[in-house]
Amino acid sequence: MKRVNDIFGKDLKVLNIGLEQFCIDLKEQDVTAIQMDWRPPSGGDKEAADLLSALLG
Amino acid sequence: MDRKLANEEALKRLQDSEPYLVGAGIALDVVPGMKKNLILHAGPPITWDKMCGPMQGAVIGALIYEGMAKDEASARKLAASGEIEFEPNHHHQSVCPMAGIMSASMPVFIMENKKYGNFSYTNMNEGLGKCLRFGAFSDAVVERLHWMTDVMYPLIKEALEMSDGIDWKALVIQSLQMGDDNHNRNRAATALFVKYIGQYLCKVNGDKEKIAKVFEFINGNEHFAINITMAMCKAITDAAHNIPGSTIVTTMSRNGVEFGIRVSGLGDEWFTAPANTPIGLFFPGFTQEDSNPDIGDSCITETTGIGGFAMAAAPAIVQFVGGTYKDAVSYTKEMYEITRAENKNFKIPTFDFRGTPTGIDIVKVLETGILPRINTGMAHKDPGVGQVGAGLVTAPMDCFKKAARYMVEKGLNK
Repeated sequence: MKRVNDIFGKDLKVLNIGLEQFCIDLKEQDVTAIQMDWRPPSGGDKEAADLLSALLG
Repeated sequence: MDRKLANEEALKRLQDSEPYLVGAGIALDVVPGMKKNLILHAGPPITWDKMCGPMQGAVIGALIYEGMAKDEASARKLAASGEIEFEPNHHHQSVCPMAGIMSASMPVFIMENKKYGNFSYTNMNEGLGKCLRFGAFSDAVVERLHWMTDVMYPLIKEALEMSDGIDWKALVIQSLQMGDDNHNRNRAATALFVKYIGQYLCKVNGDKEKIAKVFEFINGNEHFAINITMAMCKAITDAAHNIPGSTIVTTMSRNGVEFGIRVSGLGDEWFTAPANTPIGLFFPGFTQEDSNPDIGDSCITETTGIGGFAMAAAPAIVQFVGGTYKDAVSYTKEMYEITRAENKNFKIPTFDFRGTPTGIDIVKVLETGILPRINTGMAHKDPGVGQVGAGLVTAPMDCFKKAARYMVEKGLNK
């Protein structure tokens, strides 16, 4: 627990995955943050993921 | 064939094709399978009763132009009678923009893929606004079609016969360096066409005033080249079609009701889903509510790696289809996620001449959930009105799911 709390005693450098607004908000507070260009496999579409598995065998 | 090898062959054909504009002719004489009672249309197959407003409007105009009907009422009656057959342009080695209506007497351009020996065809562009391809069929629209057939076509045909054909791939390569995406910005390609054809048009044996009028017509329509570029794309993608095992998309097209794709390794089967409606900029007096769902064969450009996939090469296009140049750049970058090649011919100057994203793979679409982005003209949803604006749209995911399911069920992925 202590090691986790250590983070808050340092300058934060944030890699944000998901909603970009979190990254934008941090930047506006002068926190170093970058947005990772990521999306869930198949865009989160389970049917597409299942079809892909079947297609690739 | 192994999927990777099959796709490599498809990508090779997409890039090694040598499409030349070799001539012009009347559809009945040159388009394979054309008949007097046949009307070709954009997109996957559709019957008269299911057609959207602008496609019905264009059919009405074509029947009046052909002299088969005298007015809207008689054209509607004839179209519904069963005497007229309707088939996709794509089934006749052809592509035409928006409603995509081609009838027997219309003049067409002829494209030859000199590398692979196949031909493709397209009609001639009428301009913007009230045009047959956007569903308008007023007297002025039909009169212009007759002028194009009787005056413009013979002169262009003769001029093309004097040339050795136009290397249209070279022309598109050049126009991408001059700010065209070659779907909704065709200003440079049209100028290059005028520059090339001009040397021959000046020599044809015709009335000077008529020749001047042809120059004036083409110069007054910055989209004149789009149909020819589409024929180039059709000649290229047809060469890459029917490679067993390939998951590369070789057709994307829409009829204003459904969006359809065909895949190289899946034969002539269409995979369709309801067409999305484009979002964009509207001509004065029109709003989003007026727009018909996505329509036309013109996304054969995106299928070939230009158009919406090359928007980063065309900063000025956002003034026509909406958004910012930053958006255009991000759209092009995103398309690299669903394509297999960076085109060795078509380059983007602002990306330090990186090749355009080319060869949509249904595997990559399913992997990423990213859909092909298309820029497009927008037709009014009602027949008889015409173009209302231009905008952006995506292909529906269901087309790609259906293609994958078909491939699995038929065992074509083994």
